[in-house]
Amino acid sequence: MLELIKQPWHWAVSGTVIGLIVPLLLILGNKKFGISSSFRHICAACFSGDIKFFKYDWQKEIWNWFFVGGIIIGAFIASTFLTNPGEAIRIAPETVETLKSYGVKDFTSLLPADLFNWGNLFSLKGLIFFVFGGLLIGFGTRYAGGCTSGHSIMGLANLQKASLIATIFFMVGGFISANILIPLIFKLVQ
Amino acid sequence: MTFNEHVETLEEIEIRHQDTLCTNESHLVHPWWYNFKYTVVGIFFGIVFVKAEIISWFRIQEMFQLTSFFMYGVIGTAVVVGALSIMLLKKLKMKSIYGEVITFEDKQFNKGQIYGATIFGIGWAIAGACPGPLFAQVGSGFSVVLVTIVSAITGTWIYGKFRDKLPH
Repeated sequence: MLELIKQPWHWAVSGTVIGLIVPLLLILGNKKFGISSSFRHICAACFSGDIKFFKYDWQKEIWNWFFVGGIIIGAFIASTFLTNPGEAIRIAPETVETLKSYGVKDFTSLLPADLFNWGNLFSLKGLIFFVFGGLLIGFGTRYAGGCTSGHSIMGLANLQKASLIATIFFMVGGFISANILIPLIFKLVQ
Repeated sequence: MTFNEHVETLEEIEIRHQDTLCTNESHLVHPWWYNFKYTVVGIFFGIVFVKAEIISWFRIQEMFQLTSFFMYGVIGTAVVVGALSIMLLKKLKMKSIYGEVITFEDKQFNKGQIYGATIFGIGWAIAGACPGPLFAQVGSGFSVVLVTIVSAITGTWIYGKFRDKLPH
């Protein structure tokens, strides 16, 4: 059994488990599945100032931090105890070739280690890939009213038109970014 | 002793539901440690994130370069399973484990679902993660992603600050 778990999981297995989180949170306490709201609750709890958007009873939503905390713990457990050591992630060969041509060298971990390391923090690389990327995620997700969890899973599963539109434009942004912007960014930072 | 002694005003409830789908609809007040059951759910979620390699920056590039079906398979399956579950919950008029009726809210469309979603999508491909996977990447040992999370919180704050000036 443990051997089975240690292998990378099939997409259908992973999708089913993620899908089941939706009813699980509802049954456990009428909670709607979503992640990005946790960012907002931090703003509401710590930096609300005179901003009306953050003037709400954030204590009603602390369940979301407990949920997010679980994700961090779960990821630690999985990568420490439930993974075969030294197993490289299998990436589509076409994507490996494309990324190599951009200048990515390290394909051994879940993230390109030559990009995502503390040493890059104060370089243009770090500024764009983690600081700027994070800003767009935080700003965009709240402007859109949810992220991939809230809109693309919870919202679509509840057949919401607004969520379908949001999901379509998540993809539009992603396609533009991955195929047009990212090649340009790599030219800029190399 | 209860953690939440504050009684919400209608205005506060309205603001709390603004620009989000992810809300707590329960009217019950429990001690704070009742929330640990969501930590357990989160742990399962975090394990799937890592085991399915969904938190990989490379998987996101594959998805948007259309070189792999994997992410489409994961999200598609999750939506179908989620939708079937919600249908069943509605049909059976299921209650939560505390006997509370499970409620569903319809979300109104606004232009943020076009402008905001496109901005999010651009950030999604650059950082190679959406909000859930950001937390999972930190748990997997990529501590530098904490910077991305702090940036995302900052981005959320900037949105809140300028919300009234943005087209909706």
